[in-house]
Amino acid sequence: MTLATEIRESARIALAAIRANKMRSGLTTLGVVIGILTATLVGTMLNGMTLAFERSVSSLGADVINIGRFPWMSFDDYRLYRNRKEITFQQYRELERQMSLASAVAPQSEDFGVSVSFERRRAKGVWLVGNTEAALAIRGLTVTRGRWLSASDVNSERAVCVLGSYLAEAFFANDDPIGKKIRINDIPYEVVGVLEKMGNMLGWNQDNQVVIPVTRFKGDINRRPDYVITAKATRPDLVPEMREEARSIFRRIRRIEPGRPDDFAINQQEAITSFFSGFKTTLGSFGFFVTGLSLFVGGIGIMNIMFVSVAERTKEIGIRKALGAKKRTILTQFLMEAAGITLFAGLIGIGLAWPISWKIGEMAREAGSVFEAQMSWWIVALAIGVSAATGIIAGFIPAWRASRMDPVDALRSE
Amino acid sequence: MPLIQIENLARRYVMGSETVHALRGVSLSIERGEYLAIMGPSGSGKSTLMNLLGCLDTPSEGVYQLNGKNVARMGDNELADIRNREIGFVFQSFNLLARSDALHNVELPLIYAGLTPKDRREQARTALVNVGLGERLHHRPNELSGGQRQRVAIARALVNRPSIILADEPTGNLDSKTGIEILALFEELSRRGNTIIVVTHEEEVALHARRVIRIRDGLIAADEINHDQRAVTGGAAAAAGGFAPPIIA
Repeated sequence: MTLATEIRESARIALAAIRANKMRSGLTTLGVVIGILTATLVGTMLNGMTLAFERSVSSLGADVINIGRFPWMSFDDYRLYRNRKEITFQQYRELERQMSLASAVAPQSEDFGVSVSFERRRAKGVWLVGNTEAALAIRGLTVTRGRWLSASDVNSERAVCVLGSYLAEAFFANDDPIGKKIRINDIPYEVVGVLEKMGNMLGWNQDNQVVIPVTRFKGDINRRPDYVITAKATRPDLVPEMREEARSIFRRIRRIEPGRPDDFAINQQEAITSFFSGFKTTLGSFGFFVTGLSLFVGGIGIMNIMFVSVAERTKEIGIRKALGAKKRTILTQFLMEAAGITLFAGLIGIGLAWPISWKIGEMAREAGSVFEAQMSWWIVALAIGVSAATGIIAGFIPAWRASRMDPVDALRSE
Repeated sequence: MPLIQIENLARRYVMGSETVHALRGVSLSIERGEYLAIMGPSGSGKSTLMNLLGCLDTPSEGVYQLNGKNVARMGDNELADIRNREIGFVFQSFNLLARSDALHNVELPLIYAGLTPKDRREQARTALVNVGLGERLHHRPNELSGGQRQRVAIARALVNRPSIILADEPTGNLDSKTGIEILALFEELSRRGNTIIVVTHEEEVALHARRVIRIRDGLIAADEINHDQRAVTGGAAAAAGGFAPPIIA
């Protein structure tokens, strides 16, 4: 008997056996269903998060450092940093003058809750950014219409602004926004440019921003803004050196005595990336643990049910052996039965995971996130493979025992 | 050369600290086409002998030549092949697969022989038609009478054209009328040249055989030709369902 016939026959027998014991087989699958469901969901989430993350964080630029009072992705007590002295415009000027490894340095001041209006339309909670002409390259922005801030805009404190795509669309729809006057906190600004659509970064809508000259920000929005200084390295491989240079210069500027800790933080995209990869590892391990545990418990259940199945069908095994079934044939038959049950469970798990991840994806979309629940084919393939393997591993000992039964004893059993 | 040549066949079982000598050295030769009954009370060793003849068990000692091959030293897989090709079993309790229909039950040996689905369906159907069950192909065992079940089992035993038909108390679970029908079927098979070995403790059944071997305490107590071999009349054979006996190569 060829292996192909053997597998086909075993599958037929297994299917009949599972059908004959629907209730029992169904209940046994629960552990495996949960295991596969968890695995599929976690896999889908990780996949979606990675995609969304890569899409959004890449906009930060790997060759840029960001000097501010607060470190990113830190869960230390906020009060540790709150009392640090603000970073001033003067300090930025000084740093830019002294640095040699940076191709561009720019100050940035921000307000996260300004109100912007055009005629009768009004948007609240807009992200207002004060920048200089140099920030375009540092922030990796692209202007789709009009122009970016110029050096003279900054120097002469001109009331001009560049709109994020979301605001441009909300205010002007199909009209040309260039040259129009909008009001930021009731002060009129002329629109000179529109930014390219960027999407969300870690849940933050980057298209809901307005950029104005940093010099203007100081006058109109906040007299003593807390600046963040951004700098782009001349070459990507010089980032560590630039970081060190910036640190030592800035310590001198801030008059920190040797031996005292920094009273500022130098942040990089990498901080977010490594935080995120740590998060992914945690989520992944959690998923792996839950999956492993449920599959283990499920596997024990399968093993148990297979022992019952073998015991119940001892006579059948005897008959089959008397008629010429070899050990391998019996082994295959019971392995297929176990794998059939778990495969069925795996398909249920995938079947449940699909609408759930779809729903999560939809909710994320509604919340304006670029997160997409990605249930890719390899997750499905992996889940199917894992569920079948669980059956084969769990069913092996019972199947092995069945295959080694003595035909005389087996025939005698009732 | 005889079909079966047994020399000094012994089988011991170890049960705890005790060794049971089920068979103590049996020598026997059986020719092709014989109709033979093995008799003995329970515990005599006749079941052990049947298991050995059927290659379900291997002897502790001795030689068993079947068709010129010494099966006494064969491994499990080789024995499975021998059982598949050389032996057709008929059991007292029929031993059909309860969840499968008659056709599939008869197909089983052919599946293990590696025939294509089309061939084995064809051969299984023919075998069932030959035992008079052409109308019952898709009935499950619980939808068949005892006699019909035993005829399915006989069809299954014949379908692979084995060298020996080995029947273990084939009428034990049947009423006397049905039992006669089955014996008539054996008679017809014997007439067609099949080798039949019936293991029984019923004198009535043994008397239908041409040769009777009596086992007692693990040894052959008697081995004699049955001079007044009983025959089921043609009328009874017709009553068995008007079957056309199978043509065995």
